[in-house]
Order: sequence, then C-alpha cells, then structure tokens
Amino acid sequence: MKKRKAIVCRCEDLTEEDVVEAIEEGYTDIEELRKKLRLGMGPCQGRVCIQIVRKILQKYTGKEISKIPLPTSRPPTIPISLGTLSCDKDEKES
Amino acid sequence: MKKKVDVVIIGGGINGCSLANHLSKKNMDVILFEKNYLTSGATGSCGAGIRQQWSTKENTKLAIDSVKIFEKLSKELDRDIEFRQGGYLVAIHDEKDMKQAEKNVEMQRSLGLKVDILKPEEITEVVPILDVKGMDAIGATFCPTDGHANPFLTTFAYATAAEKKGAEINTHTSVTDIIVKNKQITGVKINDKDIIKADTVVNSAGVWSKEIAKKIGVNLPNEPLRKEIIATERLKPIFECMVISFKDGIYFSQQKEGHIVGGIPLEKKPGFRTIPTFDFIKHMSKTLTRYSPVLKHVKILRHWTGFYDVTPDARPILGETPEIKGFIQCNGFSGHGFMLSPMVTKILSEYISDKKPNDILDNLNLNRFKDKKIDYEKSVVG
Repeated sequence: MKKRKAIVCRCEDLTEEDVVEAIEEGYTDIEELRKKLRLGMGPCQGRVCIQIVRKILQKYTGKEISKIPLPTSRPPTIPISLGTLSCDKDEKES
Repeated sequence: MKKKVDVVIIGGGINGCSLANHLSKKNMDVILFEKNYLTSGATGSCGAGIRQQWSTKENTKLAIDSVKIFEKLSKELDRDIEFRQGGYLVAIHDEKDMKQAEKNVEMQRSLGLKVDILKPEEITEVVPILDVKGMDAIGATFCPTDGHANPFLTTFAYATAAEKKGAEINTHTSVTDIIVKNKQITGVKINDKDIIKADTVVNSAGVWSKEIAKKIGVNLPNEPLRKEIIATERLKPIFECMVISFKDGIYFSQQKEGHIVGGIPLEKKPGFRTIPTFDFIKHMSKTLTRYSPVLKHVKILRHWTGFYDVTPDARPILGETPEIKGFIQCNGFSGHGFMLSPMVTKILSEYISDKKPNDILDNLNLNRFKDKKIDYEKSVVG
C-alpha cells in the first residue's frame, strides 16, 4: 500500500500518515492532535498545517470543516526575541 | 455508555486519568467524564516539572514517592512519557532564604532525598548559561533526581491503559448534577439527561472542582489563579535542570524537544481570565534575560495562560468529604498537580477500593480549613 508520506507540519516534521494514525487511535480533537503530536507548535504556529489537518479530520470523521474549531491563537503572532521584548526600560528603572 | 459503575471520575486531567488507571487495575468499574478534551485544563498548560524540594513534609514525601513511580511509568504504561531527571536548581538570594533552604534541606534529607546546597560558583557548573550576579544569588539548592515528564503523553498513556482494563472515558461530556440521598452519593447526571449510578464520585476537575462541589452544597476554598507561560524556539540541548526562584517566582527549563519553557507570577486576583498579558511578557523577558543574558538572542514562539487551582495553604484537598459519603476530593493542587499525581492517585485508589486509611489523606482533608492553624507550603513558584 502506498504510504502517505506527504509532510503536513513542516516545523515539527509530521507526515499525513502520522496525523491519520493519531486520528485512528482516537485523537479526533484538533487540540488533542496538537498535544499528542506537537502539531502546529513550531515557529509558524500552525499557519501551514492546521488547514490541512482540518481537511484530514473532515475526511476521517465526516465532520464539516466549519464544525472543526481552530485551535486557540497564541501571541506573539510572529516569533520575537527575548532581547526585543525586554529592552523597554521602565521609568523607575532608568 | 455504562449505566451503573463503582466510581465516577469528573475531570480528564492528569489526576483523573491516573486514578482511572489505578482503580481499573483493582478491577473496579470506572467511568470518567471530561467536559472538553483530555488535558484541556491545567494539565495541558503546565510547565512539566517534577520537584521533590518542598518545605512541608507531606509534599516532600508525596513527591519523593511520586518520582519513584515516574521512574518506572513509561515501562508500566508501555508508552514513552519522556521522563528525565536533570534536577531542579533553587536559587538562594539572601540570608533569610539561606536559613529556610537549610531548614528545608535538613527535612528533605531526613526523608532520604539527595539534595545539596551549592556555592555561587557551582551554579554555572550545573547550568552554564546562568549569570549568578544577574540572578543575585548567594547559592542554590540542587536535587539531581528532580526532573520533567511530558504531561500530555502521560495523561494520554494513563487514559489508554485505563481503557484497556475496562474503564470508560468520555470526553466532551459534562456532569451537570450529582445525586445525593441521605448524605450518600448515589450517582451523577450527565449532559442534563442521562443518569449514571455510582456510590463514589471523584472530583478531580481542577479549577472547576469548586463549581462541581457547589452542586451538592460542599464549599471548597479553591480559587482559580491565572498563570502565564512562554515557550521559545527550539535550541540544541544546553541544560537539563529546571531553574527556579521562590523570591522572583520565576521557573524555566529546557524541554526535551529543545524549547525553553517558563513562567513568572503576576496575577494576584483570582478569576477565570484567560487572556495573555503584555505586562507578563515584559516582566518575564526582563527577568529571564537577567538570569541568563545570552537568551536575549532567543525568540519566543508562544505565550499562553492556564490556571492554578489554589487553596489557602497551597496544598491539595484530598479524600472523602466529611459531610457527604462517597464524595472524594482530588483537587486544589495549587500548581503542582502533575508532579504529585502518581502518589496522590495511588493513595486515593487504595482508599476508594480498600478503605485503606492514610495519614496524608487525614492531613489534607477538606476539614483542615475549619481549624485556624494551617501549615503553609512556602516553596511555591510560578
């Protein structure tokens, strides 16, 4: 059988097969998949993989895409260095 | 779905799932309800640390015994829970801290824990990226057998193991009522319609435990306290131990995958607010780069919030509620539910299935808040 080796999550190096296996094990909530596989936890924060995973979930659970909630968005929107975030001096410190 | 069971567990976090596993090992019929998904509460937001360095004897004992269980858990559950022992380094900032540290270390050693007081120059031998001056540290305590495990994988592994032994785990299902007759639990109502009969109900719903107990007039003193936490991008392995300071409240460590994860307390007002704040990120990045200036080049990927289920003495509430038979508390972990879970759930399962008494259950019972003298846990971070 042809294996589903297409990469779904580039940051965490997950294939379609990894996702399908987890769904078949019973992890059918997108948040559960994130926590089981670290899906969408890399630098892009799920921008690439989440839409693909929703489609895979639709295929395997029969749920409409609109009924598959997106995971919570977390700040910062893009990665920011600790140096940038800490450079702002408070008045009392200066 | 089963209609009659021995035990209903409310809450699919680390403690609920671990308890389900223990009880089904003892051939009890167990059903677990989780209103969202497994690990959706505090377990899923937690910093993954496992610490044995405490100021109260009960917590130290519970933690030492829990680590012994964690050490064998991957094998027992036949899943890798990513347990590793890189230690915990607890900063000491002044003479007052030092006195408390000496007292703690003496008590911890009396219980058989290997823990040492490090000199300032020994701190960077353990964690090379720390700046002892920036930390303002005059020393540190270090316990090499403290460590980490993956809270998600541990919870999922417990749930799978419990299901294999016959437990039923229902996610996205709410317990909407608890039924009591003559001060004895007789069952629960789920999703406002179905009734499941059971003589025992375990309240392991984390910050929602108070709401659950209120349904049958039991008043828990727990309060939800928002906690914020960050994760950085992945780095090559730099250090293995968790660095914490009770004075600054900071804790941070490098996870197995390479991210540095940590937090610092800011919120003082209890409540169910979940929005991450800029004040936190400013305070956290300033303190973290003070402890380790080299980290200023490292990027933050994610910032999220979770809740500590906090009790007045920062210790959990465990065991049967005095006024209602069969109502078991397993909550109020005040930020330490993951690390204490192996032993807590073992003791509770022995009480539930064999009525085996335990000093820890007596000392941490809900009725302790009726007395005025409370033994506070002082070693709290985050």
